[in-house]
Amino acid sequence: MRDVAVVGFAQTPCVRETDGTTNGVEMLVPIFHEVLGSLGLTKSDIGFWCSGSSDYLAGRAFSFVSAVDAIGAFPPIMESHVEMDAAWALYEAWVKLLCGEVDTALVYGFGKSSAGQLRRVMAMQLDPYVVTPLWPDSLGLAGIQARMGIEAGLWDERAMASVAAQSRAAALSNPLAQLSGSFEVDDLLAAEYVVDPLRRHDCAPITDGAATIVLAAGDRARELCERPAWITGFEHRVDSPSFGTRDLTTSPSAVAAGKAAGADGIEVAELHAPFTHQEILLRQALGLGDDVVVNPSGGVLAGNPMFAAGLARIGEAARRVHDGTASKVLGHATSGPLLQQNLVCVMEGRA
Amino acid sequence: MTKPLSAPLDVGFDYTRSTGPTLGRFLSDLRRRKVTGIRGSDGRVHVPPLEYDPVTAERLTEFVDVASTGVVRGWSWIPEPLEAQPLDRPFAWALIQLDGADTSLLHAVDAGSPDRMSTGARVRVRWRADRVGAITDIECFELSDEPSDEPVEADDVTMVTTPVHLHYTHSASPTEDPFLRGLMDGRLIAQRCPACEKVYFPPRPACPTDGVPTTDQIELSDRGTITTFCVVNVPFLGQRIPPPYVSAYVLLDGADIPFLHLLLGVAPEDVRMGMRVEAVWKPREEWGPTMQNIDHFRPSGEPDAPFDSYSQHL
Repeated sequence: MRDVAVVGFAQTPCVRETDGTTNGVEMLVPIFHEVLGSLGLTKSDIGFWCSGSSDYLAGRAFSFVSAVDAIGAFPPIMESHVEMDAAWALYEAWVKLLCGEVDTALVYGFGKSSAGQLRRVMAMQLDPYVVTPLWPDSLGLAGIQARMGIEAGLWDERAMASVAAQSRAAALSNPLAQLSGSFEVDDLLAAEYVVDPLRRHDCAPITDGAATIVLAAGDRARELCERPAWITGFEHRVDSPSFGTRDLTTSPSAVAAGKAAGADGIEVAELHAPFTHQEILLRQALGLGDDVVVNPSGGVLAGNPMFAAGLARIGEAARRVHDGTASKVLGHATSGPLLQQNLVCVMEGRA
Repeated sequence: MTKPLSAPLDVGFDYTRSTGPTLGRFLSDLRRRKVTGIRGSDGRVHVPPLEYDPVTAERLTEFVDVASTGVVRGWSWIPEPLEAQPLDRPFAWALIQLDGADTSLLHAVDAGSPDRMSTGARVRVRWRADRVGAITDIECFELSDEPSDEPVEADDVTMVTTPVHLHYTHSASPTEDPFLRGLMDGRLIAQRCPACEKVYFPPRPACPTDGVPTTDQIELSDRGTITTFCVVNVPFLGQRIPPPYVSAYVLLDGADIPFLHLLLGVAPEDVRMGMRVEAVWKPREEWGPTMQNIDHFRPSGEPDAPFDSYSQHL
C-alpha cells in the first residue's frame, strides 16, 4: 500500500458574512492560488479534485458545479463531490491515491451559512418522515444532548464555559479566527441562555468560509513538502440516524473511528465540536488525555465554516506536523445530527 | 467597491414521499390517535418504529401498541420558536419515552415555562383535530399524567407530504453586479478573462478555463448570431407564450459564450443557425436588473453569419 500525506493546507478567514455568492468561487480562488503557490504547483499538476458542500446551505441547485469555475477546469479534470463536510471528500481522495490512480489530489470545502437560516437549514439532514416535519433546529437538539450529559454528571455548565474560554484564548494566535479573546468563565456563565441549557458561547458561530488540502503519495509527497503529514489511520463510522434510540451522552461511532484509526500517543488533536459539551464528549470518546493539546486553532467554536470546518480540522492538525511542533496528530470531523457520523484522521511526521 | 446586489430568495417545495409498510402503519395510526412502535432484534420497542434494527440490520415486523403518555428523558428550551416549529410560543424540545416504549420520540412540549420542565416529567399527546397521517398529527405534548383522547377510526395513509420553505439572501458575484446594474440602464456589460481573453456574457465569477477572476469589463451591442435553437412544441406549467415558439442561443457580437433567449418575429420553420438577430427591449419604465429587459430577439435582416464565425461557440 502506498503512503499518502497531507502536504498543503489553506483556508479563508472565518467571517460572519461575506459579500460573495453561495457557489464559493470568490472564497476558493484565493485559497487555491495560496495552496498551489506554496507547493510550487499549478492546476495541471493535480490528478484529482474533490469537494464537499451543500445545496441546501447555498439555496440553489448544483452550487458545487458552479464552484468548479474556481478551478479553471479546462482541459477537463477528474473531479468528484460529496454533499457532506469536505473531510469525507478528503477520504475519497485518499482512497483514490491509495489505489495508485493519481499521485496528487486537491480537496476543498466551502459554505456561506450567512445566506440562509442555518438553524433551520440543518433540519434538512434529519429523518424526513418523523423528524424534519417538526423543524427541530440545531441548537434545540444540541441543548437536549447537553442537558443529558449534565444530568448524567459527565459535564456541567462551568466545564462547558471553560471549553469556550479556552477556544477563544487559543484563537488569539489564529489570525483567521472569527471569535477570540480572553474571557473569564464566570463572565461567560452570567450570560442568558440562548436555548436552555446552552448559552451563546456554547454554540459555534455562524461562519462563511472555505478550506483546501493537497494530498500527495510517496516520493511526490517528499518532493513537495519537507515534513509531510503521513496519514497512518483514516476511518469513519456512523451511528443510527434515529437519535431517540441511542445514548446521546456518548458517540459509539467516534469511539469506533478513533480506535480503528489508532488514536494512541496523539500530541495534538483538532476536534470538530460545534457545541462546547461535544468537545468534552469527543475527548472522552477518543480517549484523549490531559496531555493532548486540543484545538490549538480555537476549533470550530472560534469559526465554523459549514462543509469546510471538518476538513480544516485535519489541515490544522497537519500544520503542526509540517512546522515540526508535533509528530503525531489527529484531525476529527463530524456530520449529521448530534455527532452521528465521525471521521478520524491520524497523521505522523517522520524524521 | 459597492456591495454587490442581493435579493431575498425563498425556496419552497412540497416533498411527497411514499411511506412503506412500517412508517405507513405508524402514520396511519397517528391519524387514529394511536401510537405504534416496533420490536427490535433485542426486544426493545422502538417509537417511532424503525424499518430495520439499528444493530443487527434485521428487518423488523412486530408492531407493538404503546401509550400516548410517557416521560421526558431530555429537553431543551426554545424561547423564540422558529418558522414551522410545532408551537409559536416558547416551548421545550424533548425526547419522550412513551409508556411501553424503550426508545424516545422527539417532539415539542407545551410547558409554558422552563421552570415547569424537568427530566422525568410526565407528558401526554395533544392530538391535532384535523389529522392527515403525519408526525404533526401530534400537535405537541402537554404536562399531564392523564390519558389522551381515545382512538378513532381512520383510513390508512400511503403517502406523506412535507412542505419545505427556506429563505435566503442571494448575492450577485462581483462580476455579475456590473452586468445587472448595466441592464438597468439598457447596457450589456460582459467580462473578459485576463488570461485567455474570452468574453463572457453573462459574466462568471471566474473564467472556467483559467480559474482567475474576470476583471476586464467590456460593453457589447445588442446584436448577435443564432448559434443553435430549438422549437418548443410542448406546453408546460408557467409557459408565457403559446407553443410553438423558438428558444435560441444568441452569441452577441464580441462575446465568446452564447446565452439562451426567446426568438420571435419569424416562423419556426424559417429559423436557422447563423441567423442574425437584434434585441427587442421592453419599455424603459419596465427595466430592472434582469435579462428580461430584453423582451425577445428578432431577425435583424442582415445576411446570415458564416458558419466559421460561430463554429467555436456551439
